[in-house]
Amino acid sequence: MDLASAKFIGAGLAAIGVGLAALGVGNVFGSFLEGALRNPGAADGQQGRLFIGFAAAELLGLIAFVVAILILFVVKG
Amino acid sequence: MAAEASAIDPMAQFHIDPVIGSGWSVFGHNIAFTNSAAFMVIVLAVLWVFMLGGMRRQLVPGRWQVAVESMTSFVANMIDANIGPKGKHFTPYVFSLFMFILLANFIGLFPLAIIPGLHAFTVTSHITVTGVLAVMSFSIVLIVGFAKHGIKFFSLFAPHGTPWYLLILIFPIELVSFLVRPFSLGLRLFVAMTAGHILLDVFASFIIQGLNAHNAIGPVVSILSFAMVIAVSALELLIAAIQAYVFALLTSLYLNDAINLH
Repeated sequence: MDLASAKFIGAGLAAIGVGLAALGVGNVFGSFLEGALRNPGAADGQQGRLFIGFAAAELLGLIAFVVAILILFVVKG
Repeated sequence: MAAEASAIDPMAQFHIDPVIGSGWSVFGHNIAFTNSAAFMVIVLAVLWVFMLGGMRRQLVPGRWQVAVESMTSFVANMIDANIGPKGKHFTPYVFSLFMFILLANFIGLFPLAIIPGLHAFTVTSHITVTGVLAVMSFSIVLIVGFAKHGIKFFSLFAPHGTPWYLLILIFPIELVSFLVRPFSLGLRLFVAMTAGHILLDVFASFIIQGLNAHNAIGPVVSILSFAMVIAVSALELLIAAIQAYVFALLTSLYLNDAINLH
């Protein structure tokens, strides 16, 4: 397999990681909404932690995206 | 199809081009006034006008003053909730950081490309800019932490009451996750902005290619892509605000780690 094909396959595999991070982000917001529907008064107080959780889950997805970009554009050949 | 694929260049919008002074150089380094610098000046001008309009100190505030006060109280409440009363010294820095990133993100989404030949440049879509902002926040955290606590700052990485055999494992892990903070802070904002703008560019190019295709399915693709551009633009506005808030929030949390050690 030549390097160009391997690069494209590698980038495609790394993009699967981005999709998995989407599951994680949806999990964070879904759990928040589920709790907020049960206890609406307590929802506003926890909004800060919601965004901290979102940032952490999103970051890992963005790292997977960066791996894909590194494979495509930074690897020599 | 391959020729059309090469015509899509979503990375061209991130090019840094000199506006004036392409010949200026200092010790061999080019110091032209670039489009990136021009948009940073625009962000500064918009922020300055916004703050000036809200500082008229009316007893019954008009709408502009209410807008400015809502921004300042938002940041002040965030710092008070995350750091406590000792964090008041850092409110100007976190407010400047938050407003700069927010306005830079928003101005990057401004539809300046309606005027042919111009396009809006997102200042925070380059790791050089976001990396410097993250390094500034992290440096302030380190300086404040070591100035306040001296060598006891390292007790941040050793939670209370851990037995010694766990401490040998936990201390390096905590240290590494602490040192990754500036990278993650800068990377998060940079990739969010870059990926969002690439997405918008790709969908917009689909509209043009659909209209140029001269077959039956072309206009259908254009209309669907137009709807996607509207939806993704709305999402990008939301992401712009969220990423600015997350950057400021995480800076406050890291400052809390440095000021109130536990």
